[in-house]
Amino acid sequence: MSAEQTRKLIALAAIWITLLLAPYWMVPLGGYTALATRVLVLGLAAMSLNFLLGFTGVLSFGHAAYFGLGAYGAGLTLKFLALSTPLALVAGMLLGGVCGALLGTLIVRRRGVYFAMVTIAFGQVFYYIAFQWSSLTGGDDGLRGFSRQPIDLGLFKLDILSDPNNFYYFVLFCFALAAGTMGFILRSPFGRTMIAIRENERRSRFLGIPVERHIWIAFTLSCFFMGFAGALYALVNNFADPRGLHYSQSGDFVMMAVMGGMRSFWGPLLGAAVFVVLQDYLSSITVNWMSFVGLLFVLVVLFFPRGLLGFIQRSKA
Amino acid sequence: MTQLLLFNVTNGLIIGAFYVLMALGLSLILNLSNVINFAHGGFLVIGGYIAYTITPYIGFWGALLLAPPLTAIIGLAVERVLIRPLYGRDPLYSLLLTFGLAFMIEDGTRFMWGPQGKPVTIPALLAQPLSNDLFFITGYRLFMVAVVMVAVTLLFLLLRYTRLGIRIRAGTLDLETVAALGINVQMLRSLNFAVGIFLAGLSGVLAAGQLGLEPTMGTGLLMPSFIAIIVGGIGSLPGTLVGGLLIGVASGLTAVFFPAASEAVIYVMMAVVLLLRPRGLFGEEGMMS
Repeated sequence: MSAEQTRKLIALAAIWITLLLAPYWMVPLGGYTALATRVLVLGLAAMSLNFLLGFTGVLSFGHAAYFGLGAYGAGLTLKFLALSTPLALVAGMLLGGVCGALLGTLIVRRRGVYFAMVTIAFGQVFYYIAFQWSSLTGGDDGLRGFSRQPIDLGLFKLDILSDPNNFYYFVLFCFALAAGTMGFILRSPFGRTMIAIRENERRSRFLGIPVERHIWIAFTLSCFFMGFAGALYALVNNFADPRGLHYSQSGDFVMMAVMGGMRSFWGPLLGAAVFVVLQDYLSSITVNWMSFVGLLFVLVVLFFPRGLLGFIQRSKA
Repeated sequence: MTQLLLFNVTNGLIIGAFYVLMALGLSLILNLSNVINFAHGGFLVIGGYIAYTITPYIGFWGALLLAPPLTAIIGLAVERVLIRPLYGRDPLYSLLLTFGLAFMIEDGTRFMWGPQGKPVTIPALLAQPLSNDLFFITGYRLFMVAVVMVAVTLLFLLLRYTRLGIRIRAGTLDLETVAALGINVQMLRSLNFAVGIFLAGLSGVLAAGQLGLEPTMGTGLLMPSFIAIIVGGIGSLPGTLVGGLLIGVASGLTAVFFPAASEAVIYVMMAVVLLLRPRGLFGEEGMMS
């Protein structure tokens, strides 16, 4: 095993140990377990976006729509269809993914800023639907009246509703499942092709790669992951918020990915952790937290465009 | 019924005129500098609040003349300090930066002027309706449309006949060649940005007179402006003009028959246009890919 591989393995072990022990070290540091759960879910969302942004190189600025759809899918399932947490997660994932797949066909032919503009505009459609269709979605007040259900494991039931630690580990399990799948896809020939498209679209086209179809598949997959994260988020809050579909939420996700480091698999998780903790802290000390978040955007873009991980890696080299 | 229809079409046209003013500014900046200016709505708000602040001293007419150039100067400073370092980098960065800027502007105006809406007094001459039958067409609304028409005409004349305008159009097509011909591209981009922000400031003043001022008012106008650009065809200013009016009228008409969908209809229009004519109504082949 080369030194490079050993280093990677150690880093990976460190990440998982940190995540596994989070409930134990967060609380003494002044955090709370629910904050760790939120970081995990939003981190998964940022990683799903980065699957498209960092590894295929196309900028979607409307991904919150699929996140929010996942949340509504899970919430509506729990409220009207079945009292089952796993079913709600699957329903949320499907809703986000299928809508993404359909709109993706209209979006993928564009590139660069135009891709971004079209994704933003289409993302807003779902915001308006959630906002206007009050009888189903609760409109501006959001979707209430559902809660996550205990997981039936055959031998015993896992209470994820009242025990925050149990819920954290349940979310971590889901996170591991999704992140594992994502890593698996990125290592596959398909994932390598995505990176080839990112690096040089024209050359990929000359090599006979159907670029549009690959981008569409990457977009769709990333929407499925996004929907899954959104469904988890609905379980975190027992609530689905129309603002979760708004483009400003998309901006937050892009920011998490950029701040952590777009070129790395784990960067967005780190970005999400910093972003969520900072926002949590700022909104507790000042009413003008929006200005500070805006300032954060400006500073990161001007001074840390490669993100935290990119910055660390470069200064090491 | 006819009156209701007429009312909503007029309404739509007036709103459309707003979209046009916003979208033309956005479009100018997008075409030349490849920057999606998310803070455009923020500059609109700045223009409105500047007008609100100076109206007591120099009156509405003075504010109308002075607020847009003041906004443009602020825009120029922002371009110089924050956006210029980002040219040539992935458009993602300018998008994120202006996105953060929009947050700061919204929060900043709320901090300075308070979260409550502020009324801007318009001259009594403009506040009266035309007649009893056409009660919904106040002088101010006609005046707004007239101002937009004058501004748009001047913009197109500027682009058609002045040296600056010709350079902007040339730069939109091929910035590299323009630079190779010895034209100061940085300066060109700055001036172009200032013209775009001037239009945003102007819409701010006009919107302030009609709707009053709120720190969040810019955000609502941003999305329709995006759609006006996409529907009209990216890269084409006449397209943006038509696109803005079109979505304004479409949402006005939908308000008659199916009010809940009056906002959604413009997205449907965008989807239809993208499906049938991906480059937009007036877009040139290849500009969108």
